[in-house]
Amino acid sequence: MSSLGKTVPILTVLTALTALWYAGAVWMNAPFERDQAERAGTTVSFSEIVSNTMSQERPVLPAPHQVIEEIYKTTVLKKITSKRSLIYHSWITLSATLLGFIIGTALGIALAVGIVHNRAMDKSVMPWVITSQTIPILAIAPMIIVVLNAMGLSGLLPKALISTYLSFFPVVVGMVKGLRAPERAQLDLMYTYSATPAQTFWKLRWPSSMPYLFTSLKIAVAISLVGAIVGELPTGAVAGLGARLLAGSYYGQMIQIWSALFMAAFLAAALVMLVGVAHSYVLRRMGEKPGAAAA
Amino acid sequence: MTDSVVSARDLSLTFETNDGPVHALSEVSLTIDKGEFVSFIGPSGCGKTTFLRVIADLERPTSGEVSVNGMTPDEARKARAYGYVFQAASLYPWRTIEKNIGLPLEIMGYGARDARDRISRTLELVNLAGFEKKYPWQLSGGMQQRASIARALAFDADLLLMDEPFGALDEIVRDHLNEQLLHLWETTNKTICFVTHSIPEAVYLSTKIVVMSPRPGRVSDVITSTLQKDRPLDVRETPEFLEIAHRVREGLRAGHSYDE
Repeated sequence: MSSLGKTVPILTVLTALTALWYAGAVWMNAPFERDQAERAGTTVSFSEIVSNTMSQERPVLPAPHQVIEEIYKTTVLKKITSKRSLIYHSWITLSATLLGFIIGTALGIALAVGIVHNRAMDKSVMPWVITSQTIPILAIAPMIIVVLNAMGLSGLLPKALISTYLSFFPVVVGMVKGLRAPERAQLDLMYTYSATPAQTFWKLRWPSSMPYLFTSLKIAVAISLVGAIVGELPTGAVAGLGARLLAGSYYGQMIQIWSALFMAAFLAAALVMLVGVAHSYVLRRMGEKPGAAAA
Repeated sequence: MTDSVVSARDLSLTFETNDGPVHALSEVSLTIDKGEFVSFIGPSGCGKTTFLRVIADLERPTSGEVSVNGMTPDEARKARAYGYVFQAASLYPWRTIEKNIGLPLEIMGYGARDARDRISRTLELVNLAGFEKKYPWQLSGGMQQRASIARALAFDADLLLMDEPFGALDEIVRDHLNEQLLHLWETTNKTICFVTHSIPEAVYLSTKIVVMSPRPGRVSDVITSTLQKDRPLDVRETPEFLEIAHRVREGLRAGHSYDE
Protein backbone atom coordinates (compact mmCIF):
# COMPACT_ATOMS: atom_id res chain seq x y z
CA MET A 1 0.00 0.00 0.00
CA SER A 2 2.59 2.54 1.05
CA SER A 3 5.04 1.56 -1.70
CA LEU A 4 2.25 1.75 -4.30
CA GLY A 5 1.13 5.05 -2.81
CA LYS A 6 4.61 6.40 -3.47
CA THR A 7 5.29 4.79 -6.86
CA VAL A 8 2.23 6.10 -8.67
CA PRO A 9 2.83 9.82 -8.01
CA ILE A 10 6.54 9.47 -8.78
CA LEU A 11 5.85 7.71 -12.10
CA THR A 12 3.20 10.30 -13.01
CA VAL A 13 5.61 13.17 -12.45
CA LEU A 14 8.36 11.34 -14.32
CA THR A 15 6.09 10.74 -17.34
CA ALA A 16 4.98 14.37 -17.37
CA LEU A 17 8.60 15.58 -17.21
CA THR A 18 9.66 13.28 -20.05
CA ALA A 19 6.77 14.52 -22.22
CA LEU A 20 7.69 18.12 -21.45
CA TRP A 21 11.30 17.39 -22.30
CA TYR A 22 10.40 15.90 -25.71
CA ALA A 23 8.17 18.90 -26.47
CA GLY A 24 11.03 21.21 -25.45
CA ALA A 25 13.47 19.31 -27.66
CA VAL A 26 11.21 19.72 -30.69
CA TRP A 27 10.63 23.39 -29.95
CA MET A 28 14.29 24.27 -29.36
CA ASN A 29 15.81 22.21 -32.16
CA ALA A 30 13.21 23.17 -34.81
CA PRO A 31 14.82 26.56 -35.79
CA PHE A 32 17.95 24.69 -36.95
CA GLU A 33 15.88 22.38 -39.15
CA ARG A 34 14.01 25.34 -40.69
CA ASP A 35 17.33 27.16 -41.34
CA GLN A 36 18.71 24.09 -43.08
CA ALA A 37 15.62 23.78 -45.23
CA GLU A 38 15.67 27.47 -46.10
CA ARG A 39 19.33 27.32 -47.09
CA ALA A 40 18.67 24.28 -49.29
CA GLY A 41 15.65 26.04 -50.74
CA THR A 42 13.23 23.29 -49.74
CA THR A 43 10.31 23.19 -47.35
CA VAL A 44 9.88 20.71 -44.54
CA SER A 45 6.62 19.49 -43.10
CA PHE A 46 5.92 19.59 -39.38
CA SER A 47 6.21 15.83 -39.03
CA GLU A 48 9.62 15.88 -40.74
CA ILE A 49 10.78 18.58 -38.32
CA VAL A 50 9.62 16.53 -35.37
CA SER A 51 11.40 13.39 -36.50
CA ASN A 52 14.58 15.31 -37.40
CA THR A 53 14.78 17.09 -34.03
CA MET A 54 14.93 13.73 -32.34
CA SER A 55 18.29 12.78 -33.85
CA GLN A 56 20.36 15.91 -34.46
CA GLU A 57 24.13 15.67 -34.30
CA ARG A 58 24.45 18.78 -32.14
CA PRO A 59 21.05 19.59 -30.73
CA VAL A 60 20.39 22.64 -28.55
CA LEU A 61 18.38 20.37 -26.30
CA PRO A 62 19.03 16.66 -26.84
CA ALA A 63 16.04 14.36 -26.62
CA PRO A 64 15.96 11.99 -23.60
CA HIS A 65 16.67 8.88 -25.66
CA GLN A 66 19.79 10.54 -27.14
CA VAL A 67 21.13 11.18 -23.63
CA ILE A 68 20.33 7.63 -22.55
CA GLU A 69 22.00 6.26 -25.68
CA GLU A 70 25.11 8.37 -25.02
CA ILE A 71 25.27 7.22 -21.39
CA TYR A 72 24.89 3.60 -22.53
CA LYS A 73 27.65 3.99 -25.13
CA THR A 74 30.09 5.65 -22.73
CA THR A 75 29.51 3.31 -19.79
CA VAL A 76 28.64 -0.18 -20.99
CA LEU A 77 30.28 -0.17 -24.40
CA LYS A 78 33.56 1.56 -23.41
CA LYS A 79 36.38 -0.04 -21.47
CA ILE A 80 36.63 1.47 -17.98
CA THR A 81 40.23 2.53 -18.62
CA SER A 82 39.28 4.45 -21.77
CA LYS A 83 39.50 8.24 -21.62
CA ARG A 84 36.03 8.31 -23.20
CA SER A 85 34.43 6.10 -20.56
CA LEU A 86 31.99 7.96 -18.35
CA ILE A 87 32.70 5.46 -15.58
CA TYR A 88 36.37 6.42 -15.70
CA HIS A 89 35.48 10.11 -15.38
CA SER A 90 32.91 9.41 -12.68
CA TRP A 91 35.47 7.55 -10.63
CA ILE A 92 37.92 10.49 -10.86
CA THR A 93 35.23 12.79 -9.48
CA LEU A 94 33.90 10.25 -7.00
CA SER A 95 37.30 9.62 -5.42
CA ALA A 96 37.77 13.36 -4.83
CA THR A 97 34.21 13.54 -3.49
CA LEU A 98 34.73 10.72 -1.00
CA LEU A 99 38.11 11.94 0.21
CA GLY A 100 36.74 15.47 0.62
CA PHE A 101 33.64 14.14 2.37
CA ILE A 102 35.70 12.13 4.86
CA ILE A 103 38.03 15.04 5.64
CA GLY A 104 35.06 17.43 5.82
CA THR A 105 33.15 15.16 8.20
CA ALA A 106 36.18 14.75 10.46
CA LEU A 107 36.83 18.50 10.43
CA GLY A 108 33.16 19.28 11.06
CA ILE A 109 32.92 16.89 14.01
CA ALA A 110 36.21 18.17 15.48
CA LEU A 111 35.04 21.79 15.26
CA ALA A 112 31.66 20.92 16.79
CA VAL A 113 33.31 19.08 19.69
CA GLY A 114 35.52 22.14 20.26
CA ILE A 115 32.58 24.54 20.10
CA VAL A 116 30.53 22.50 22.57
CA HIS A 117 33.36 22.00 25.07
CA ASN A 118 35.33 25.22 24.86
CA ARG A 119 33.82 28.60 25.71
CA ALA A 120 36.34 30.57 23.67
CA MET A 121 35.64 28.45 20.59
CA ASP A 122 31.90 28.68 21.22
CA LYS A 123 32.13 32.48 21.06
CA SER A 124 34.57 32.77 18.17
CA VAL A 125 34.39 29.91 15.68
CA MET A 126 30.78 29.88 14.48
CA PRO A 127 30.81 33.35 12.81
CA TRP A 128 33.87 32.28 10.79
CA VAL A 129 32.26 29.01 9.83
CA ILE A 130 29.24 30.90 8.51
CA THR A 131 31.41 33.52 6.77
CA SER A 132 33.32 30.75 5.00
CA GLN A 133 30.11 29.70 3.27
CA THR A 134 29.20 33.21 2.07
CA ILE A 135 32.26 33.32 -0.19
CA PRO A 136 31.41 31.89 -3.62
CA ILE A 137 33.09 28.55 -4.04
CA LEU A 138 33.82 29.44 -7.68
CA ALA A 139 36.10 32.22 -6.41
CA ILE A 140 37.82 30.05 -3.84
CA ALA A 141 38.31 26.94 -5.97
CA PRO A 142 40.96 28.29 -8.42
CA MET A 143 42.90 29.83 -5.53
CA ILE A 144 43.04 26.57 -3.62
CA ILE A 145 44.13 24.68 -6.74
CA VAL A 146 46.80 27.23 -7.68
CA VAL A 147 48.18 27.67 -4.17
CA LEU A 148 48.36 23.93 -3.54
CA ASN A 149 49.96 23.43 -6.94
CA ALA A 150 52.64 25.94 -6.01
CA MET A 151 53.22 23.93 -2.86
CA GLY A 152 53.71 20.84 -4.98
CA LEU A 153 50.30 19.29 -4.34
CA SER A 154 48.24 18.36 -7.34
CA GLY A 155 45.74 15.76 -8.44
CA LEU A 156 43.25 14.32 -6.00
CA LEU A 157 43.88 16.29 -2.81
CA PRO A 158 43.28 19.87 -4.02
CA LYS A 159 39.91 18.87 -5.49
CA ALA A 160 39.05 16.96 -2.33
CA LEU A 161 39.83 20.04 -0.25
CA ILE A 162 37.26 22.03 -2.22
CA SER A 163 34.73 19.31 -1.33
CA THR A 164 35.88 19.59 2.27
CA TYR A 165 35.38 23.33 2.19
CA LEU A 166 31.71 22.82 1.34
CA SER A 167 30.92 19.65 3.27
CA PHE A 168 32.29 20.50 6.71
CA PHE A 169 29.67 23.22 7.15
CA PRO A 170 26.47 21.15 7.55
CA VAL A 171 28.39 18.74 9.78
CA VAL A 172 29.50 21.51 12.16
CA VAL A 173 26.03 23.00 12.36
CA GLY A 174 24.30 19.64 12.81
CA MET A 175 26.78 18.28 15.33
CA VAL A 176 26.78 21.40 17.51
CA LYS A 177 23.03 20.96 17.77
CA GLY A 178 23.34 17.20 18.21
CA LEU A 179 25.99 17.30 20.92
CA ARG A 180 23.80 19.81 22.78
CA ALA A 181 20.69 17.65 22.35
CA PRO A 182 20.82 15.85 25.75
CA GLU A 183 18.22 17.10 28.21
CA ARG A 184 19.13 18.79 31.45
CA ALA A 185 18.16 15.73 33.51
CA GLN A 186 20.30 13.42 31.36
CA LEU A 187 23.31 15.69 31.93
CA ASP A 188 22.52 16.10 35.64
CA LEU A 189 22.45 12.33 35.92
CA MET A 190 26.01 12.12 34.58
CA TYR A 191 27.03 14.83 37.05
CA THR A 192 25.58 12.90 40.00
CA TYR A 193 27.71 9.92 38.91
CA SER A 194 30.77 12.23 38.88
CA ALA A 195 31.33 11.13 35.28
CA THR A 196 34.42 12.49 33.53
CA PRO A 197 33.91 14.79 30.52
CA ALA A 198 35.08 11.94 28.27
CA GLN A 199 32.48 9.56 29.78
CA THR A 200 29.75 12.18 29.38
CA PHE A 201 30.81 12.64 25.78
CA TRP A 202 30.94 9.01 24.73
CA LYS A 203 28.01 7.71 26.77
CA LEU A 204 25.62 10.63 26.34
CA ARG A 205 26.51 13.42 23.91
CA TRP A 206 27.82 11.23 21.09
CA PRO A 207 24.88 8.79 20.95
CA SER A 208 22.42 11.71 21.31
CA SER A 209 23.95 13.38 18.26
CA MET A 210 23.62 10.43 15.86
CA PRO A 211 20.31 11.46 14.20
CA TYR A 212 21.72 14.96 13.68
CA LEU A 213 24.99 13.61 12.31
CA PHE A 214 23.36 11.49 9.63
CA THR A 215 20.98 14.24 8.54
CA SER A 216 24.02 16.49 8.10
CA LEU A 217 25.97 13.78 6.30
CA LYS A 218 23.22 13.45 3.67
CA ILE A 219 23.63 17.13 2.80
CA ALA A 220 27.41 16.98 3.12
CA VAL A 221 27.88 14.09 0.71
CA ALA A 222 25.74 15.75 -1.96
CA ILE A 223 27.61 19.05 -1.80
CA SER A 224 30.92 17.20 -1.67
CA LEU A 225 30.12 16.01 -5.17
CA VAL A 226 29.29 19.56 -6.23
CA GLY A 227 32.62 20.68 -4.75
CA ALA A 228 34.59 18.05 -6.65
CA ILE A 229 32.92 18.99 -9.96
CA VAL A 230 33.47 22.70 -9.32
CA GLY A 231 37.09 21.91 -8.49
CA GLU A 232 37.53 20.43 -11.97
CA LEU A 233 36.09 23.41 -13.82
CA PRO A 234 38.51 26.34 -13.32
CA THR A 235 41.67 24.37 -13.82
CA GLY A 236 40.94 22.87 -17.19
CA ALA A 237 41.12 19.42 -15.71
CA VAL A 238 41.41 16.69 -18.31
CA ALA A 239 39.44 14.07 -16.44
CA GLY A 240 36.36 13.94 -14.25
CA LEU A 241 32.71 14.84 -14.68
CA GLY A 242 33.58 18.53 -14.40
CA ALA A 243 36.07 18.16 -17.25
CA ARG A 244 33.38 16.45 -19.36
CA LEU A 245 30.99 19.33 -18.68
CA LEU A 246 33.68 21.87 -19.61
CA ALA A 247 34.76 20.05 -22.78
CA GLY A 248 31.13 19.63 -23.79
CA SER A 249 30.49 23.34 -23.50
CA TYR A 250 33.71 24.22 -25.44
CA TYR A 251 32.70 22.07 -28.39
CA GLY A 252 28.97 22.60 -28.21
CA GLN A 253 28.41 18.93 -27.34
CA MET A 254 25.12 19.25 -25.47
CA ILE A 255 24.60 15.48 -25.43
CA GLN A 256 27.91 15.04 -23.63
CA ILE A 257 27.00 17.75 -21.09
CA TRP A 258 23.62 16.20 -20.41
CA SER A 259 25.01 12.72 -19.97
CA ALA A 260 27.70 13.99 -17.57
CA LEU A 261 24.98 15.89 -15.73
CA PHE A 262 22.84 12.79 -15.41
CA MET A 263 25.79 10.76 -14.24
CA ALA A 264 26.45 13.38 -11.55
CA ALA A 265 22.80 13.21 -10.51
CA PHE A 266 22.91 9.39 -10.32
CA LEU A 267 26.06 9.57 -8.24
CA ALA A 268 24.56 12.13 -5.87
CA ALA A 269 21.40 10.07 -5.47
CA ALA A 270 23.41 6.90 -4.85
CA LEU A 271 25.62 8.62 -2.26
CA VAL A 272 22.68 10.14 -0.40
CA MET A 273 20.93 6.77 -0.43
CA LEU A 274 24.03 5.04 0.95
CA VAL A 275 24.19 7.52 3.81
CA GLY A 276 20.46 6.95 4.33
CA VAL A 277 21.00 3.20 4.59
CA ALA A 278 23.82 3.74 7.11
CA HIS A 279 21.51 6.11 8.98
CA SER A 280 18.69 3.63 9.43
CA TYR A 281 21.14 0.81 10.18
CA VAL A 282 22.79 2.76 13.01
CA LEU A 283 19.50 3.96 14.47
CA ARG A 284 18.11 0.42 14.36
CA ARG A 285 21.20 -0.80 16.19
CA MET A 286 20.49 1.93 18.76
CA GLY A 287 17.06 0.44 19.45
CA GLU A 288 15.02 3.09 17.74
CA LYS A 289 11.26 2.68 17.88
CA PRO A 290 10.13 1.34 14.49
CA GLY A 291 8.50 3.99 12.34
CA ALA A 292 9.97 6.83 14.41
CA ALA A 293 12.43 7.87 11.71
CA ALA A 294 11.35 11.11 10.09
CA ALA A 295 13.30 10.99 6.84
CA MET B 1 24.45 13.14 65.67
CA THR B 2 26.65 10.35 64.41
CA ASP B 3 23.94 8.74 62.32
CA SER B 4 22.61 11.89 60.67
CA VAL B 5 22.78 11.44 56.92
CA VAL B 6 21.84 14.94 55.88
CA SER B 7 22.20 17.96 58.07
CA ALA B 8 21.46 21.51 56.97
CA ARG B 9 21.90 24.68 59.02
CA ASP B 10 20.58 28.11 58.00
CA LEU B 11 20.69 27.08 54.39
CA SER B 12 19.76 29.85 51.93
CA LEU B 13 19.85 29.91 48.17
CA THR B 14 19.03 32.89 45.98
CA PHE B 15 18.79 32.71 42.21
CA GLU B 16 19.66 35.93 40.37
CA THR B 17 17.16 36.32 37.54
CA ASN B 18 16.31 39.15 35.16
CA ASP B 19 13.29 39.97 37.31
CA GLY B 20 15.44 40.34 40.42
CA PRO B 21 16.53 37.79 43.01
CA VAL B 22 14.39 34.71 43.74
CA HIS B 23 14.74 33.34 47.26
CA ALA B 24 14.42 29.64 46.59
CA LEU B 25 15.52 28.65 50.08
CA SER B 26 15.61 30.81 53.17
CA GLU B 27 17.38 29.70 56.36
CA VAL B 28 16.39 26.07 56.18
CA SER B 29 17.65 23.92 59.06
CA LEU B 30 16.94 20.22 59.00
CA THR B 31 18.43 16.92 60.06
CA ILE B 32 17.71 13.60 58.40
CA ASP B 33 18.75 10.44 60.23
CA LYS B 34 19.83 7.15 58.82
CA GLY B 35 17.00 4.92 57.70
CA GLU B 36 14.39 7.68 57.64
CA PHE B 37 11.87 8.19 54.86
CA VAL B 38 11.47 11.95 54.58
CA SER B 39 8.91 13.59 52.30
CA PHE B 40 9.11 17.20 51.22
CA ILE B 41 5.72 18.68 50.41
CA GLY B 42 4.61 22.12 49.36
CA PRO B 43 3.41 24.11 46.37
CA SER B 44 5.57 24.95 43.35
CA GLY B 45 8.32 27.40 44.20
CA CYS B 46 8.65 26.34 47.84
CA GLY B 47 12.20 25.11 47.23
CA LYS B 48 11.63 21.40 47.86
CA THR B 49 13.31 20.36 44.64
CA THR B 50 16.04 22.96 45.16
CA PHE B 51 16.77 21.50 48.59
CA LEU B 52 17.16 18.05 47.06
CA ARG B 53 19.42 19.45 44.36
CA VAL B 54 21.59 21.15 47.00
CA ILE B 55 22.06 17.81 48.75
CA ALA B 56 23.00 16.30 45.39
CA ASP B 57 25.49 19.12 44.65
CA LEU B 58 23.44 20.12 41.59
CA GLU B 59 22.97 23.61 43.13
CA ARG B 60 25.29 25.61 45.41
CA PRO B 61 23.77 27.30 48.47
CA THR B 62 24.27 31.07 48.79
CA SER B 63 24.83 30.80 52.53
CA GLY B 64 24.53 28.32 55.38
CA GLU B 65 25.93 24.84 55.77
CA VAL B 66 24.94 21.43 54.57
CA SER B 67 26.61 18.10 55.08
CA VAL B 68 25.89 14.71 53.57
CA ASN B 69 27.30 11.71 55.45
CA GLY B 70 29.49 14.24 57.26
CA MET B 71 30.99 15.49 53.99
CA THR B 72 30.31 18.50 51.79
CA PRO B 73 27.84 17.78 48.95
CA ASP B 74 30.73 17.94 46.48
CA GLU B 75 32.72 15.31 48.39
CA ALA B 76 29.60 13.21 48.90
CA ARG B 77 28.87 13.26 45.18
CA LYS B 78 32.39 12.19 44.37
CA ALA B 79 32.12 9.46 47.00
CA ARG B 80 28.92 8.33 45.22
CA ALA B 81 26.94 8.70 48.44
CA TYR B 82 23.51 9.02 46.83
CA GLY B 83 21.35 7.90 43.95
CA TYR B 84 19.09 10.46 42.30
CA VAL B 85 15.74 9.72 40.69
CA PHE B 86 14.43 12.49 38.46
CA GLN B 87 10.88 13.58 37.71
CA ALA B 88 11.11 12.04 34.25
CA ALA B 89 12.64 8.58 34.05
CA SER B 90 15.46 10.00 31.88
CA LEU B 91 16.44 6.60 30.58
CA TYR B 92 18.80 6.76 27.63
CA PRO B 93 16.64 5.65 24.69
CA TRP B 94 19.50 3.91 22.85
CA ARG B 95 20.24 1.62 25.79
CA THR B 96 18.27 -1.45 26.80
CA ILE B 97 16.89 -1.56 30.33
CA GLU B 98 19.83 -3.61 31.61
CA LYS B 99 22.31 -1.28 29.90
CA ASN B 100 20.53 1.72 31.41
CA ILE B 101 20.81 0.24 34.88
CA GLY B 102 24.41 -0.66 34.12
CA LEU B 103 25.25 2.94 33.15
CA PRO B 104 26.35 4.14 36.61
CA LEU B 105 28.22 0.85 37.07
CA GLU B 106 30.14 1.39 33.81
CA ILE B 107 31.01 4.93 34.84
CA MET B 108 32.07 3.92 38.33
CA GLY B 109 34.21 1.09 36.99
CA TYR B 110 32.44 -1.97 38.37
CA GLY B 111 33.65 -5.27 36.91
CA ALA B 112 31.47 -6.95 34.29
CA ARG B 113 30.54 -9.90 36.51
CA ASP B 114 29.70 -7.75 39.53
CA ALA B 115 27.71 -5.40 37.31
CA ARG B 116 25.67 -8.29 35.91
CA ASP B 117 24.81 -9.49 39.42
CA ARG B 118 23.80 -6.02 40.53
CA ILE B 119 21.65 -5.44 37.47
CA SER B 120 19.68 -8.64 37.96
CA ARG B 121 19.38 -8.02 41.72
CA THR B 122 18.03 -4.48 41.32
CA LEU B 123 15.70 -5.51 38.49
CA GLU B 124 14.33 -8.12 40.88
CA LEU B 125 13.87 -5.43 43.54
CA VAL B 126 11.71 -3.26 41.29
CA ASN B 127 9.86 -6.24 39.74
CA LEU B 128 11.28 -5.79 36.28
CA ALA B 129 12.98 -9.15 35.89
CA GLY B 130 12.51 -10.37 32.32
CA PHE B 131 12.66 -6.88 30.79
CA GLU B 132 16.47 -6.76 30.54
CA LYS B 133 16.63 -6.63 26.76
CA LYS B 134 13.74 -4.23 26.21
CA TYR B 135 14.25 -0.64 25.13
CA PRO B 136 12.66 2.14 27.22
CA TRP B 137 9.97 2.89 24.61
CA GLN B 138 8.72 -0.68 24.95
CA LEU B 139 7.86 -0.07 28.63
CA SER B 140 4.96 1.81 30.21
CA GLY B 141 5.59 5.06 32.10
CA GLY B 142 5.39 3.32 35.47
CA MET B 143 7.82 0.61 34.40
CA GLN B 144 10.24 3.22 33.05
CA GLN B 145 10.20 5.03 36.37
CA ARG B 146 10.82 1.72 38.17
CA ALA B 147 13.80 1.14 35.88
CA SER B 148 15.13 4.57 36.79
CA ILE B 149 14.79 3.69 40.48
CA ALA B 150 16.68 0.46 39.82
CA ARG B 151 19.40 2.54 38.16
CA ALA B 152 19.72 4.65 41.31
CA LEU B 153 19.88 1.50 43.45
CA ALA B 154 22.43 -0.36 41.34
CA PHE B 155 25.45 1.06 43.14
CA ASP B 156 25.85 1.08 46.90
CA ALA B 157 24.49 4.49 47.82
CA ASP B 158 22.71 4.53 51.18
CA LEU B 159 20.83 7.69 50.34
CA LEU B 160 18.11 7.84 47.70
CA LEU B 161 16.98 11.28 46.51
CA MET B 162 13.68 11.18 44.63
CA ASP B 163 12.27 14.27 42.93
CA GLU B 164 8.54 13.73 42.28
CA PRO B 165 9.28 10.38 40.68
CA PHE B 166 5.60 9.42 40.33
CA GLY B 167 4.29 12.90 39.51
CA ALA B 168 3.48 12.11 35.89
CA LEU B 169 1.76 8.77 36.55
CA ASP B 170 -1.92 8.04 37.06
CA GLU B 171 -3.23 7.35 40.53
CA ILE B 172 -3.65 3.60 40.16
CA VAL B 173 -0.07 3.11 39.02
CA ARG B 174 1.09 5.56 41.66
CA ASP B 175 -0.61 3.61 44.50
CA HIS B 176 1.03 0.45 43.30
CA LEU B 177 4.48 2.04 43.07
CA ASN B 178 4.10 3.65 46.50
CA GLU B 179 3.47 0.22 47.98
CA GLN B 180 6.48 -1.20 46.17
CA LEU B 181 8.67 1.69 47.22
CA LEU B 182 7.79 1.17 50.88
CA HIS B 183 8.63 -2.49 50.56
CA LEU B 184 11.92 -1.64 48.89
CA TRP B 185 12.77 0.85 51.63
CA GLU B 186 12.10 -1.79 54.30
CA THR B 187 14.20 -4.45 52.62
CA THR B 188 17.17 -2.25 51.68
CA ASN B 189 17.28 -0.04 54.78
CA LYS B 190 18.14 3.06 52.77
CA THR B 191 17.53 6.65 53.71
CA ILE B 192 15.05 8.23 51.29
CA CYS B 193 14.31 11.88 50.57
CA PHE B 194 11.13 12.14 48.53
CA VAL B 195 9.69 15.28 46.96
CA THR B 196 5.96 15.23 46.23
CA HIS B 197 2.88 17.36 45.57
CA SER B 198 0.49 14.83 47.03
CA ILE B 199 -0.57 14.86 50.68
CA PRO B 200 -1.75 11.20 50.78
CA GLU B 201 1.47 10.08 49.13
CA ALA B 202 3.60 11.99 51.64
CA VAL B 203 1.66 10.69 54.65
CA TYR B 204 1.53 7.13 53.40
CA LEU B 205 5.25 6.85 52.69
CA SER B 206 7.03 8.92 55.30
CA THR B 207 8.45 8.62 58.75
CA LYS B 208 8.92 12.37 58.63
CA ILE B 209 7.07 14.98 56.57
CA VAL B 210 8.67 18.34 55.89
CA VAL B 211 6.03 20.92 54.96
CA MET B 212 7.44 23.83 52.98
CA SER B 213 6.01 27.15 51.84
CA PRO B 214 7.00 29.51 49.06
CA ARG B 215 8.34 33.08 48.63
CA PRO B 216 10.81 32.69 50.26
CA GLY B 217 11.13 28.88 50.33
CA ARG B 218 11.21 27.78 53.94
CA VAL B 219 10.20 24.94 56.25
CA SER B 220 6.87 25.68 57.93
CA ASP B 221 6.40 22.38 59.79
CA VAL B 222 8.15 19.07 60.38
CA ILE B 223 5.78 16.23 61.25
CA THR B 224 6.96 12.91 62.59
CA SER B 225 4.63 10.14 61.52
CA THR B 226 3.08 7.92 64.17
CA LEU B 227 2.12 5.25 61.68
CA GLN B 228 3.71 1.84 62.08
CA LYS B 229 6.43 0.88 59.66
CA ASP B 230 4.41 -1.89 58.03
CA ARG B 231 1.65 -0.10 56.11
CA PRO B 232 -0.95 -1.71 53.90
CA LEU B 233 -2.62 0.64 51.39
CA ASP B 234 -5.83 0.80 53.49
CA VAL B 235 -3.93 2.43 56.33
CA ARG B 236 -5.00 5.55 54.47
CA GLU B 237 -8.55 5.19 55.77
CA THR B 238 -7.61 5.08 59.46
CA PRO B 239 -8.23 8.08 61.74
CA GLU B 240 -4.52 8.19 62.56
CA PHE B 241 -3.67 8.69 58.88
CA LEU B 242 -6.33 11.37 58.43
CA GLU B 243 -5.04 13.12 61.55
CA ILE B 244 -1.55 13.43 60.07
CA ALA B 245 -2.93 14.46 56.67
CA HIS B 246 -4.92 17.14 58.45
CA ARG B 247 -1.80 18.46 60.15
CA VAL B 248 0.02 18.60 56.81
CA ARG B 249 -2.86 20.59 55.34
CA GLU B 250 -2.76 22.95 58.32
CA GLY B 251 0.97 23.42 57.79
CA LEU B 252 0.43 24.24 54.13
CA ARG B 253 -2.32 26.72 55.06
CA ALA B 254 -0.14 28.38 57.70
CA GLY B 255 2.50 28.92 55.02
CA HIS B 256 -0.12 30.61 52.79
CA SER B 257 0.31 27.81 50.30
CA TYR B 258 -3.35 28.00 49.30
CA ASP B 259 -3.31 31.76 48.54
CA GLU B 260 -2.80 32.54 44.92
